Amino acid sequence: MLSRLQQLWQFRGGLHLDEYKQSSTTAPIQTIPLPAKLILPLQQHLGHTAEAIVKKGDKVLKGQKIAEATGYVSVPLHAPTSGTIIDIGDYPVAHPSAMKSSCIVIEPDGQDQWAEKQTISDYKTLTPEQIREIVSEAGIVGMGGAGFPSFIKLNPGEEKKVKTLILNGAECEPYITCDDMLMREQAKNIIAGARIMLYSLQAERCLIGIEDNKPEAISAIQNAASAFSDITVVAVPTLYPTGGEKQLIKVLTGLEVPSQSLPGSIGIVCHNVATANAVYHAVILGEPSVSRIVTVAGDKVKTPRNLEVLIGTPFNDLINACDGLTDENTPLIMGGPMMGFRVHSSEAPVIKTCNCILAKEDQSHHEQHMPCIRCAKCAEACPVNLLPQQLYWYARAKDFDKAQDYKLFDCIECGCCDYVCPSHIPLVQYYRFAKTEIWVQEQDKQKSDIARERHEFRQLRLEREKRERAERHKQKQEALNKSGDKDKKQEAIQAALDRVKAKRESQQENKNQES
Amino acid sequence: MLTAILSLAGLAILFGLILGFAAVRFRVESDPVVDKIDALLPQTQCGQCTYPGCRPYAEAMAKGEADINQCPPGGEQTIVALADLLGVDPKPLNPEMGEVKEEKTVVIIDEDICIGCTLCIQACPVDAILGAAKQMHTVIEEECTGCNLCIPPCPVECIYIVPRKKSIQNWKWPKPEETQVENGAKG
Repeated sequence: MLSRLQQLWQFRGGLHLDEYKQSSTTAPIQTIPLPAKLILPLQQHLGHTAEAIVKKGDKVLKGQKIAEATGYVSVPLHAPTSGTIIDIGDYPVAHPSAMKSSCIVIEPDGQDQWAEKQTISDYKTLTPEQIREIVSEAGIVGMGGAGFPSFIKLNPGEEKKVKTLILNGAECEPYITCDDMLMREQAKNIIAGARIMLYSLQAERCLIGIEDNKPEAISAIQNAASAFSDITVVAVPTLYPTGGEKQLIKVLTGLEVPSQSLPGSIGIVCHNVATANAVYHAVILGEPSVSRIVTVAGDKVKTPRNLEVLIGTPFNDLINACDGLTDENTPLIMGGPMMGFRVHSSEAPVIKTCNCILAKEDQSHHEQHMPCIRCAKCAEACPVNLLPQQLYWYARAKDFDKAQDYKLFDCIECGCCDYVCPSHIPLVQYYRFAKTEIWVQEQDKQKSDIARERHEFRQLRLEREKRERAERHKQKQEALNKSGDKDKKQEAIQAALDRVKAKRESQQENKNQES
Repeated sequence: MLTAILSLAGLAILFGLILGFAAVRFRVESDPVVDKIDALLPQTQCGQCTYPGCRPYAEAMAKGEADINQCPPGGEQTIVALADLLGVDPKPLNPEMGEVKEEKTVVIIDEDICIGCTLCIQACPVDAILGAAKQMHTVIEEECTGCNLCIPPCPVECIYIVPRKKSIQNWKWPKPEETQVENGAKG
């Protein structure tokens, strides 16, 4: 049911941005031909990198597991199509560092043949634990962009009861339309996924928040959900960044997630609509996460549209499927214009969290940034109630403790402050710089703790060895002294000397005889 | 008058006893300042500070014998942290102890040349070299602190300094370049 009367709340700040969503929503979602090769980075999401369990030359089927999860915050990786593993090594990936990363490369055989699938007609025959197990094994991570393994967010925990499941269909960033198109075309699957998630969380209700600039998506989802009284579709006002998890929760429920904690702490869990679709595919159809919908947009793309592509498809193939770029040298951005980052190689592959590939005129105004004039426009725009200009000063002065005092880690890097800054200061980059710097310092701290432990252990060991050696020496000495009667020893020495003497003499005799 | 003196004296004795008891009961074994200083040092155990390891340097600092600017691997960051802890002004690194390295390094052993003499194993302060007599040795890169203490003892010069492996996991966003206008205006 659609609730028009439900009370809505507002978060502070935010921006009304030009949407640029029209051009990529005119055509339905299209699939593209199998690419010549699929490149699958082992790091697909937040948390621990998966570990390859195939080797070069292996034949794999579609949906077959090719890398195993390591640790808790980790999920496995599956072959997106049938084919041969042609390499496991370092390839360019979509990352702001332009570094290469470990990937499994598959050459498709063209058959696209599925491995055996476990289909289920009624999810209620499974326990919530079994559902989480399936979602984990299917390699599903949050498909909105952050990429947190979804099975963890389907666990209500032991005490913390989750009351409300929120499906995020806000999709507030300009250009991006993949969730919009998915909701229009596969609303039924999303609702089926939502029902499975509700069951797994044992939650009471589900709110689906969609920005009111997507009337087609709202009506499609509303139709699909009309049979269920516990699912409410809510049209939320279009305002960037409503799609942020904490912002959407505030708009829909009026509740604020406390600083540095998760929505679970206030009884709410938030998933992306595309994740619900993936859960449906995994639990009911037995299909792991091997494809996703990607928006290819921007004024340099000849035919912007949404494509359903296999994970691992190089960006080039997507661009070609959109008839190429008007200017070949346009840098590609993964994600939207506000939060995305530049990808340095067009050979980089699509990963599970890649929602958009953007090729547009570079409008970055950061080239000639000017001094901060303390106008506080950034503070007005900040949707998290931070003081961006303070954070900027502290990040710039490398005073990271102070930056953390000012809640640097609550910053969602939405870019609102950056956008409104009249001095064109690249504020978000300062925050990203400070965050990564702090993480690396923490890593170094852990490393030095290990080094201290190893050094102390070594000191202990050396001392113990020294002590033991001294003890052995002492024991030997004592043993010698105890066996005490020196005559016996003298006798033994004398006997040995005699033996040697006798031997020498006999040798001498032999020599003499020979000569 | 007398009651006042007596009661105050009684209170003084009582508090004295409480404090005395607390001092015995809650006595801290090791010097906490040393632990705090030691926690800030990078634990390379390289000895560049002229002390045989990080903890001896921390002890010397706690006694006031050593200055806070003697740790090249820690660099500016460590000096600032130490100054903050000890309530003194930060100062530049003492150049006698060495220079700040641009990037973190580790060592590797050229395994073709190594003769298995075990001298480097004995020199390594964190047991990061693996091997046995007349067997090839190798460095456990994860554990190497980059102290370079293994290099001088090697009789065949088969140990090289290489930069620590960079990965996406320890990559840092660069600090935005500051324009001249921004630099010119302070405050």
